[in-house]
Amino acid sequence: MTRLVRHLGHLVIDGVAKLGYAARLFSALLGASGTAFRRFRLVVAQVHFIGNFSLVIIIVSGLFVGFVLGLQGYNTLQRYGSEQALGLLVALSLVRELGPVITALLFAGRAGTSITAEIGLMKAGEQLSAMEMMAVSPVARVLAPRFWAGVIAMPMLAAMFSAVGVFGGYIVGVVLIGVDDGAFWSQMQNGVDWIEDVGNGVIKSLVFGVAVTFIAVFEGYDAMPTPEGVSHATTRTVVTSSLAVLALDFVLTALMFSGT
Amino acid sequence: MNRKITDLWVGLFVLAGFGALLVLALKAGNLASFNFSETYQVLAKFDNIGGLKVRAPVKSAGVVVGRVAKVAFDDQEYQAVVTLALDKGFQFPKDTSAKILTSGLLGEQYIGLSPGGADAKLGAGDKIKSTSSAMVLEELIGKLVFDKAAEGKSESKDGK
Repeated sequence: MTRLVRHLGHLVIDGVAKLGYAARLFSALLGASGTAFRRFRLVVAQVHFIGNFSLVIIIVSGLFVGFVLGLQGYNTLQRYGSEQALGLLVALSLVRELGPVITALLFAGRAGTSITAEIGLMKAGEQLSAMEMMAVSPVARVLAPRFWAGVIAMPMLAAMFSAVGVFGGYIVGVVLIGVDDGAFWSQMQNGVDWIEDVGNGVIKSLVFGVAVTFIAVFEGYDAMPTPEGVSHATTRTVVTSSLAVLALDFVLTALMFSGT
Repeated sequence: MNRKITDLWVGLFVLAGFGALLVLALKAGNLASFNFSETYQVLAKFDNIGGLKVRAPVKSAGVVVGRVAKVAFDDQEYQAVVTLALDKGFQFPKDTSAKILTSGLLGEQYIGLSPGGADAKLGAGDKIKSTSSAMVLEELIGKLVFDKAAEGKSESKDGK
Protein backbone atom coordinates (compact mmCIF):
# COMPACT_ATOMS: atom_id res chain seq x y z
CA MET A 1 0.00 0.00 0.00
CA THR A 2 2.72 2.44 1.02
CA ARG A 3 4.64 1.39 -2.06
CA LEU A 4 1.69 2.31 -4.24
CA VAL A 5 1.37 5.75 -2.65
CA ARG A 6 5.13 6.24 -2.86
CA HIS A 7 5.01 5.29 -6.53
CA LEU A 8 2.24 7.84 -7.11
CA GLY A 9 4.22 10.54 -5.33
CA HIS A 10 7.29 9.69 -7.37
CA LEU A 11 5.25 9.95 -10.56
CA VAL A 12 3.89 13.38 -9.68
CA ILE A 13 7.27 14.77 -8.61
CA ASP A 14 8.84 13.40 -11.78
CA GLY A 15 6.12 14.99 -13.91
CA VAL A 16 6.45 18.38 -12.26
CA ALA A 17 10.23 18.27 -12.50
CA LYS A 18 10.03 17.44 -16.19
CA LEU A 19 7.55 20.23 -16.79
CA GLY A 20 9.83 22.71 -15.04
CA TYR A 21 12.82 21.46 -17.01
CA ALA A 22 10.81 21.87 -20.24
CA ALA A 23 9.81 25.41 -19.30
CA ARG A 24 13.45 26.31 -18.55
CA LEU A 25 14.58 24.81 -21.83
CA PHE A 26 11.87 26.77 -23.65
CA SER A 27 13.01 30.07 -22.20
CA ALA A 28 16.64 29.14 -22.93
CA LEU A 29 15.60 28.35 -26.52
CA LEU A 30 13.92 31.72 -26.92
CA GLY A 31 16.95 33.40 -25.36
CA ALA A 32 19.27 31.59 -27.78
CA SER A 33 17.16 32.30 -30.86
CA GLY A 34 18.98 35.59 -31.40
CA THR A 35 22.12 33.59 -32.15
CA ALA A 36 20.15 31.25 -34.38
CA PHE A 37 18.82 34.14 -36.44
CA ARG A 38 22.23 35.74 -36.71
CA ARG A 39 23.50 32.51 -38.23
CA PHE A 40 20.40 32.12 -40.37
CA ARG A 41 22.08 29.57 -42.64
CA LEU A 42 21.67 26.98 -39.90
CA VAL A 43 17.93 27.62 -39.84
CA VAL A 44 17.73 27.50 -43.64
CA ALA A 45 19.49 24.14 -43.75
CA GLN A 46 16.99 22.82 -41.21
CA VAL A 47 13.99 24.22 -43.10
CA HIS A 48 15.30 22.32 -46.09
CA PHE A 49 15.54 19.13 -44.08
CA ILE A 50 12.27 19.53 -42.16
CA GLY A 51 10.13 21.31 -44.74
CA ASN A 52 11.16 20.21 -48.20
CA PHE A 53 11.49 16.56 -47.31
CA SER A 54 8.00 16.57 -45.75
CA LEU A 55 6.42 17.97 -48.90
CA VAL A 56 5.64 14.68 -50.59
CA ILE A 57 3.78 13.14 -47.67
CA ILE A 58 1.89 16.39 -46.99
CA ILE A 59 0.77 16.90 -50.58
CA VAL A 60 -0.23 13.30 -51.16
CA SER A 61 -2.18 13.16 -47.89
CA GLY A 62 -3.82 16.50 -48.63
CA LEU A 63 -4.96 15.27 -52.02
CA PHE A 64 -6.48 12.10 -50.62
CA VAL A 65 -8.13 13.86 -47.69
CA GLY A 66 -9.67 16.23 -50.25
CA PHE A 67 -10.88 13.28 -52.34
CA VAL A 68 -12.51 11.65 -49.34
CA LEU A 69 -14.11 14.91 -48.18
CA GLY A 70 -15.52 15.39 -51.68
CA LEU A 71 -17.03 11.91 -51.76
CA GLN A 72 -18.40 11.86 -48.23
CA GLY A 73 -19.61 15.43 -48.35
CA TYR A 74 -21.45 14.81 -51.60
CA ASN A 75 -23.09 11.68 -50.19
CA THR A 76 -24.50 13.57 -47.23
CA LEU A 77 -25.31 16.85 -48.94
CA GLN A 78 -27.17 15.39 -51.90
CA ARG A 79 -29.75 13.96 -49.49
CA TYR A 80 -30.78 17.51 -48.74
CA GLY A 81 -30.44 18.63 -52.32
CA SER A 82 -27.66 21.05 -51.43
CA GLU A 83 -24.69 19.47 -53.18
CA GLN A 84 -23.67 22.95 -54.35
CA ALA A 85 -22.46 23.57 -50.81
CA LEU A 86 -19.81 20.88 -51.33
CA GLY A 87 -17.12 23.46 -52.04
CA LEU A 88 -17.95 25.31 -48.85
CA LEU A 89 -17.89 22.12 -46.81
CA VAL A 90 -14.56 20.96 -48.22
CA ALA A 91 -12.88 24.36 -47.89
CA LEU A 92 -14.11 25.13 -44.39
CA SER A 93 -13.28 21.75 -42.94
CA LEU A 94 -9.82 21.83 -44.50
CA VAL A 95 -8.90 25.41 -43.70
CA ARG A 96 -10.27 25.43 -40.17
CA GLU A 97 -9.53 21.97 -38.87
CA LEU A 98 -8.15 19.22 -41.03
CA GLY A 99 -5.36 21.21 -42.66
CA PRO A 100 -3.61 22.33 -39.48
CA VAL A 101 -4.38 19.20 -37.44
CA ILE A 102 -3.48 16.48 -39.93
CA THR A 103 -0.42 18.40 -41.05
CA ALA A 104 0.70 18.69 -37.43
CA LEU A 105 0.17 14.96 -36.84
CA LEU A 106 2.05 14.02 -40.00
CA PHE A 107 4.70 16.58 -39.16
CA ALA A 108 5.19 15.02 -35.72
CA GLY A 109 5.65 11.62 -37.34
CA ARG A 110 7.80 12.76 -40.24
CA ALA A 111 9.94 15.59 -38.86
CA GLY A 112 9.48 15.46 -35.06
CA THR A 113 10.84 11.92 -34.77
CA SER A 114 13.89 12.69 -36.86
CA ILE A 115 14.67 15.78 -34.78
CA THR A 116 14.36 13.78 -31.55
CA ALA A 117 16.44 10.91 -32.85
CA GLU A 118 19.15 13.22 -34.18
CA ILE A 119 19.47 15.23 -30.98
CA GLY A 120 19.19 12.09 -28.84
CA LEU A 121 21.98 10.39 -30.77
CA MET A 122 24.12 13.51 -30.54
CA LYS A 123 23.65 13.36 -26.80
CA ALA A 124 24.35 9.62 -26.68
CA GLY A 125 27.51 10.14 -28.75
CA GLU A 126 28.51 12.92 -26.32
CA GLN A 127 28.65 15.42 -29.16
CA LEU A 128 26.58 17.86 -27.12
CA SER A 129 29.00 17.57 -24.19
CA ALA A 130 31.89 18.08 -26.61
CA MET A 131 30.26 21.28 -27.82
CA GLU A 132 29.91 22.51 -24.28
CA MET A 133 33.60 21.76 -23.74
CA MET A 134 34.37 24.03 -26.68
CA ALA A 135 32.18 26.73 -25.12
CA VAL A 136 29.60 26.32 -27.88
CA SER A 137 26.11 26.25 -26.45
CA PRO A 138 24.26 23.25 -27.87
CA VAL A 139 20.97 25.03 -27.22
CA ALA A 140 21.95 27.87 -29.55
CA ARG A 141 23.86 25.76 -32.10
CA VAL A 142 21.71 22.62 -32.35
CA LEU A 143 18.31 23.12 -30.72
CA ALA A 144 17.31 26.67 -31.67
CA PRO A 145 17.80 26.33 -35.47
CA ARG A 146 15.74 23.13 -35.51
CA PHE A 147 13.03 24.72 -33.39
CA TRP A 148 12.70 27.80 -35.59
CA ALA A 149 12.87 25.77 -38.78
CA GLY A 150 9.93 23.71 -37.54
CA VAL A 151 7.99 26.83 -36.56
CA ILE A 152 8.59 28.31 -40.04
CA ALA A 153 7.88 25.13 -41.98
CA MET A 154 4.67 24.07 -40.25
CA PRO A 155 2.30 26.90 -41.42
CA MET A 156 3.66 26.56 -44.96
CA LEU A 157 3.00 22.84 -44.97
CA ALA A 158 -0.49 23.33 -43.51
CA ALA A 159 -1.34 25.94 -46.16
CA MET A 160 -0.17 23.61 -48.91
CA PHE A 161 -2.15 20.75 -47.38
CA SER A 162 -5.34 22.82 -47.38
CA ALA A 163 -4.81 24.15 -50.90
CA VAL A 164 -4.12 20.70 -52.32
CA GLY A 165 -7.08 19.32 -50.36
CA VAL A 166 -9.45 21.89 -51.85
CA PHE A 167 -8.12 20.92 -55.26
CA GLY A 168 -8.73 17.24 -54.41
CA GLY A 169 -12.30 18.05 -53.41
CA TYR A 170 -12.71 19.90 -56.70
CA ILE A 171 -11.46 16.90 -58.69
CA VAL A 172 -13.90 14.50 -57.04
CA GLY A 173 -16.83 16.90 -56.71
CA VAL A 174 -16.76 18.75 -59.99
CA VAL A 175 -14.73 16.64 -62.40
CA LEU A 176 -15.88 13.15 -61.36
CA ILE A 177 -19.34 13.62 -59.80
CA GLY A 178 -20.42 16.67 -61.75
CA VAL A 179 -21.34 19.29 -59.16
CA ASP A 180 -21.75 22.64 -60.86
CA ASP A 181 -18.37 24.30 -61.28
CA GLY A 182 -19.52 27.87 -60.64
CA ALA A 183 -21.61 27.01 -57.60
CA PHE A 184 -18.74 25.02 -56.10
CA TRP A 185 -16.41 28.02 -56.10
CA SER A 186 -18.96 30.77 -55.44
CA GLN A 187 -20.45 29.04 -52.39
CA MET A 188 -16.91 28.54 -51.13
CA GLN A 189 -16.00 32.16 -51.65
CA ASN A 190 -19.20 33.36 -50.01
CA GLY A 191 -18.70 31.22 -46.94
CA VAL A 192 -14.96 31.31 -46.30
CA ASP A 193 -13.68 34.49 -44.74
CA TRP A 194 -10.04 35.19 -45.39
CA ILE A 195 -9.33 36.54 -41.90
CA GLU A 196 -11.79 34.55 -39.84
CA ASP A 197 -11.12 31.19 -41.46
CA VAL A 198 -7.87 31.27 -43.42
CA GLY A 199 -6.15 33.55 -40.90
CA ASN A 200 -7.24 31.51 -37.90
CA GLY A 201 -6.07 28.36 -39.68
CA VAL A 202 -2.63 29.91 -40.05
CA ILE A 203 -2.57 30.86 -36.36
CA LYS A 204 -3.53 27.31 -35.47
CA SER A 205 -0.80 25.80 -37.59
CA LEU A 206 1.73 28.21 -36.11
CA VAL A 207 0.77 27.18 -32.57
CA PHE A 208 0.95 23.50 -33.56
CA GLY A 209 4.33 24.12 -35.15
CA VAL A 210 5.67 25.58 -31.89
CA ALA A 211 4.18 22.74 -29.83
CA VAL A 212 5.30 19.83 -32.02
CA THR A 213 8.81 21.11 -32.69
CA PHE A 214 9.40 22.07 -29.09
CA ILE A 215 8.27 18.65 -27.86
CA ALA A 216 10.55 16.97 -30.42
CA VAL A 217 13.54 19.11 -29.45
CA PHE A 218 12.88 18.68 -25.74
CA GLU A 219 12.48 14.91 -25.91
CA GLY A 220 15.71 14.62 -27.84
CA TYR A 221 17.58 16.82 -25.39
CA ASP A 222 16.05 15.03 -22.41
CA ALA A 223 16.63 11.50 -23.78
CA MET A 224 18.62 8.93 -21.84
CA PRO A 225 21.96 8.74 -23.67
CA THR A 226 21.52 5.10 -24.63
CA PRO A 227 20.09 3.45 -27.76
CA GLU A 228 17.08 2.39 -25.71
CA GLY A 229 16.64 5.89 -24.33
CA VAL A 230 16.65 7.40 -27.81
CA SER A 231 14.04 4.94 -29.02
CA HIS A 232 11.82 5.72 -26.01
CA ALA A 233 12.26 9.44 -26.58
CA THR A 234 11.22 9.09 -30.22
CA THR A 235 8.08 7.22 -29.23
CA ARG A 236 7.28 9.83 -26.58
CA THR A 237 7.66 12.59 -29.18
CA VAL A 238 4.95 11.13 -31.37
CA VAL A 239 2.58 10.32 -28.50
CA THR A 240 3.00 13.60 -26.62
CA SER A 241 2.88 15.86 -29.63
CA SER A 242 -0.18 14.12 -31.11
CA LEU A 243 -2.03 14.51 -27.82
CA ALA A 244 -0.84 18.10 -27.47
CA VAL A 245 -2.02 18.95 -30.99
CA LEU A 246 -5.47 17.49 -30.46
CA ALA A 247 -5.91 19.15 -27.05
CA LEU A 248 -4.62 22.50 -28.32
CA ASP A 249 -6.91 22.22 -31.31
CA PHE A 250 -9.91 21.92 -29.04
CA VAL A 251 -8.85 24.93 -27.00
CA LEU A 252 -8.09 27.05 -30.07
CA THR A 253 -11.33 26.09 -31.79
CA ALA A 254 -13.28 26.98 -28.68
CA LEU A 255 -11.53 30.35 -28.55
CA MET A 256 -11.80 31.14 -32.25
CA PHE A 257 -15.08 29.76 -33.51
CA SER A 258 -17.38 29.46 -30.52
CA GLY A 259 -18.88 32.92 -30.65
CA THR A 260 -20.81 34.16 -33.66
CA MET B 1 24.46 19.18 -50.57
CA ASN B 2 25.60 22.37 -52.21
CA ARG B 3 24.69 25.50 -50.31
CA LYS B 4 23.19 27.23 -53.32
CA ILE B 5 20.97 24.29 -54.16
CA THR B 6 19.75 24.13 -50.56
CA ASP B 7 18.93 27.83 -50.65
CA LEU B 8 17.08 27.40 -53.93
CA TRP B 9 14.95 24.57 -52.59
CA VAL B 10 14.15 26.37 -49.35
CA GLY B 11 13.23 29.46 -51.34
CA LEU B 12 10.92 27.39 -53.52
CA PHE B 13 9.42 25.80 -50.42
CA VAL B 14 8.65 29.15 -48.82
CA LEU B 15 7.26 30.49 -52.10
CA ALA B 16 5.02 27.43 -52.44
CA GLY B 17 3.80 27.98 -48.87
CA PHE B 18 2.88 31.60 -49.49
CA GLY B 19 1.42 30.67 -52.86
CA ALA B 20 -0.84 28.12 -51.19
CA LEU B 21 -1.97 30.75 -48.68
CA LEU B 22 -2.70 33.18 -51.47
CA VAL B 23 -4.67 30.58 -53.38
CA LEU B 24 -6.68 29.81 -50.25
CA ALA B 25 -7.39 33.49 -49.60
CA LEU B 26 -8.24 34.33 -53.21
CA LYS B 27 -9.79 31.20 -54.63
CA ALA B 28 -11.39 29.69 -51.54
CA GLY B 29 -11.80 32.83 -49.44
CA ASN B 30 -13.40 36.16 -50.11
CA LEU B 31 -10.26 38.27 -50.40
CA ALA B 32 -10.96 38.91 -54.09
CA SER B 33 -14.45 40.23 -53.40
CA PHE B 34 -13.20 42.15 -50.39
CA ASN B 35 -13.20 45.64 -51.79
CA PHE B 36 -11.84 48.66 -50.04
CA SER B 37 -14.06 50.95 -52.09
CA GLU B 38 -15.76 53.69 -50.16
CA THR B 39 -19.20 53.16 -48.71
CA TYR B 40 -21.91 55.28 -47.18
CA GLN B 41 -24.10 54.16 -44.32
CA VAL B 42 -27.85 54.07 -44.31
CA LEU B 43 -30.13 53.08 -41.44
CA ALA B 44 -33.20 50.89 -41.64
CA LYS B 45 -35.53 49.82 -38.86
CA PHE B 46 -37.20 46.44 -38.91
CA ASP B 47 -39.79 44.86 -36.63
CA ASN B 48 -38.05 41.53 -36.95
CA ILE B 49 -34.77 40.74 -38.66
CA GLY B 50 -35.02 36.96 -38.31
CA GLY B 51 -31.54 35.48 -38.74
CA LEU B 52 -29.87 38.44 -40.44
CA LYS B 53 -26.20 38.68 -39.59
CA VAL B 54 -23.49 41.31 -39.85
CA ARG B 55 -21.72 41.15 -43.23
CA ALA B 56 -24.82 39.72 -44.90
CA PRO B 57 -25.15 41.02 -48.47
CA VAL B 58 -27.41 43.90 -49.46
CA LYS B 59 -28.78 43.28 -52.93
CA SER B 60 -30.72 45.28 -55.41
CA ALA B 61 -32.15 43.42 -58.39
CA GLY B 62 -30.05 40.49 -57.25
CA VAL B 63 -26.72 42.33 -57.47
CA VAL B 64 -24.68 42.85 -54.31
CA VAL B 65 -24.51 46.61 -53.66
CA GLY B 66 -23.36 46.60 -50.05
CA ARG B 67 -23.13 44.75 -46.76
CA VAL B 68 -24.82 44.85 -43.39
CA ALA B 69 -22.45 46.83 -41.18
CA LYS B 70 -24.18 46.70 -37.81
CA VAL B 71 -27.25 45.26 -36.14
CA ALA B 72 -28.50 46.99 -33.00
CA PHE B 73 -31.65 47.11 -30.88
CA ASP B 74 -33.63 50.27 -30.24
CA ASP B 75 -35.25 49.99 -26.81
CA GLN B 76 -37.47 53.03 -27.40
CA GLU B 77 -39.44 51.60 -30.27
CA TYR B 78 -38.45 47.96 -29.70
CA GLN B 79 -37.18 47.62 -33.22
CA ALA B 80 -34.00 46.32 -34.78
CA VAL B 81 -31.78 49.03 -36.25
CA VAL B 82 -29.72 47.73 -39.14
CA THR B 83 -26.88 49.82 -40.54
CA LEU B 84 -26.22 49.17 -44.21
CA ALA B 85 -22.91 50.05 -45.82
CA LEU B 86 -23.68 50.74 -49.49
CA ASP B 87 -21.12 51.15 -52.24
CA LYS B 88 -20.52 54.82 -53.04
CA GLY B 89 -20.86 53.98 -56.71
CA PHE B 90 -24.55 53.20 -56.36
CA GLN B 91 -27.14 55.87 -55.56
CA PHE B 92 -30.70 55.03 -54.54
CA PRO B 93 -33.84 57.19 -54.46
CA LYS B 94 -35.05 58.46 -51.07
CA ASP B 95 -38.16 56.29 -51.11
CA THR B 96 -36.30 53.03 -51.61
CA SER B 97 -37.78 50.19 -49.59
CA ALA B 98 -35.81 47.48 -47.82
CA LYS B 99 -36.95 43.91 -47.37
CA ILE B 100 -35.33 41.03 -45.55
CA LEU B 101 -35.31 38.10 -47.93
CA THR B 102 -34.07 34.56 -47.84
CA SER B 103 -32.01 32.98 -50.57
CA GLY B 104 -33.65 29.66 -51.20
CA LEU B 105 -36.16 28.21 -48.76
CA LEU B 106 -33.77 27.84 -45.84
CA GLY B 107 -30.73 29.71 -47.10
CA GLU B 108 -28.95 32.72 -45.67
CA GLN B 109 -30.84 35.97 -45.24
CA TYR B 110 -30.02 39.17 -47.06
CA ILE B 111 -31.52 42.61 -47.54
CA GLY B 112 -33.19 43.40 -50.83
CA LEU B 113 -33.54 47.04 -51.87
CA SER B 114 -36.27 48.02 -54.29
CA PRO B 115 -35.82 51.57 -55.53
CA GLY B 116 -38.74 53.99 -55.58
CA GLY B 117 -39.39 56.88 -57.93
CA ALA B 118 -38.24 59.94 -55.97
CA ASP B 119 -35.67 62.30 -57.45
CA ALA B 120 -33.78 62.91 -54.18
CA LYS B 121 -31.11 60.36 -53.43
CA LEU B 122 -30.26 58.57 -50.19
CA GLY B 123 -27.24 60.08 -48.48
CA ALA B 124 -25.00 59.03 -45.60
CA GLY B 125 -26.95 58.65 -42.34
CA ASP B 126 -30.37 58.68 -44.01
CA LYS B 127 -33.09 56.34 -42.91
CA ILE B 128 -34.97 53.96 -45.16
CA LYS B 129 -38.62 54.47 -44.20
CA SER B 130 -40.45 51.62 -45.79
CA THR B 131 -39.19 48.27 -44.57
CA SER B 132 -40.64 44.82 -44.33
CA SER B 133 -39.51 42.25 -41.84
CA ALA B 134 -38.06 38.83 -42.23
CA MET B 135 -40.33 35.94 -42.88
CA VAL B 136 -40.31 33.74 -39.80
CA LEU B 137 -41.29 30.21 -40.65
CA GLU B 138 -43.04 29.50 -37.35
CA GLU B 139 -45.25 32.57 -37.66
CA LEU B 140 -46.08 31.67 -41.23
CA ILE B 141 -47.10 28.16 -40.26
CA GLY B 142 -49.04 29.50 -37.28
CA LYS B 143 -50.94 31.86 -39.55
CA LEU B 144 -51.68 29.10 -42.01
CA VAL B 145 -53.03 26.80 -39.31
CA PHE B 146 -55.08 29.64 -37.84
CA ASP B 147 -56.55 30.55 -41.23
CA LYS B 148 -57.44 26.96 -41.97
CA ALA B 149 -59.17 26.65 -38.61
CA ALA B 150 -61.13 29.87 -39.21
CA GLU B 151 -62.08 28.66 -42.68
CA GLY B 152 -63.35 25.38 -41.34
CA LYS B 153 -65.49 27.20 -38.75
CA SER B 154 -67.11 29.52 -41.28
CA GLU B 155 -67.80 26.60 -43.62
CA SER B 156 -69.53 24.65 -40.90
CA LYS B 157 -71.60 27.76 -40.13
CA ASP B 158 -72.64 28.05 -43.77
CA GLY B 159 -73.62 24.41 -43.80
CA LYS B 160 -76.16 24.94 -41.02
